[in-house]
Amino acid sequence: MSDIKKFMFVNRKAPYGTIYALESLEVVLITAAFDQDVSLAFLDDGVYQLKKGQQTKGIETKNFSPTYRALEGYDIEKLYVEKESLEARGLTEDDLLVDVTVLSSKEMGTLMDEQDVVLSF
Amino acid sequence: MLHIINKSPLSNNSLDSCLRLTSSGDLLLIEDAVYAAAKGNAMESKMIEAMKNMKVYVLLPDLEARGLADRVIEGVSKVDYGGFVDLVAASKNCQSWL
Repeated sequence: MSDIKKFMFVNRKAPYGTIYALESLEVVLITAAFDQDVSLAFLDDGVYQLKKGQQTKGIETKNFSPTYRALEGYDIEKLYVEKESLEARGLTEDDLLVDVTVLSSKEMGTLMDEQDVVLSF
Repeated sequence: MLHIINKSPLSNNSLDSCLRLTSSGDLLLIEDAVYAAAKGNAMESKMIEAMKNMKVYVLLPDLEARGLADRVIEGVSKVDYGGFVDLVAASKNCQSWL
């Protein structure tokens, strides 16, 4: 396929409190079907989406966090997390349920600049 | 790259995050984000800092609606709806921050 575009999904909302995180994941999976160059960025409360050990039985909501681990199977392997957002929430890479690349704010900004399409959630 | 913000910087961290990541390109303030373009608001020093490397625009109809058209930080350019379209068309890519 010759017409591959760079898509970045920017996730800035915590899971469960709003529908954004789940909707983002749905769109990411759809995009994967079109063989595009997909990156996921997690910043601000979006980093909470990747927190290990989510247990949603008590709130009677689907726990969609295992889906992030399945992304690899759809050839979505570019997951980026902003270092400053992690640190501000007392989290480290070890707290995350999937392998990610941790970037500084400026590195994340540069990566964003390089995209053809940026979608915010 | 064009960054579009539509939330008040005093109740939402979109502008703050955008400025943390970004150090070049264009920034367009619309809807409640126009408060960030007003002199004397808590974000003013960050805005002035950002304007060293970025070009900042504000949507005039949204400013006027909020009674702020006469107190815009110096260096911020006012645009109308046509100007909004021109900015998007002239940018390689854009992001509407939520």
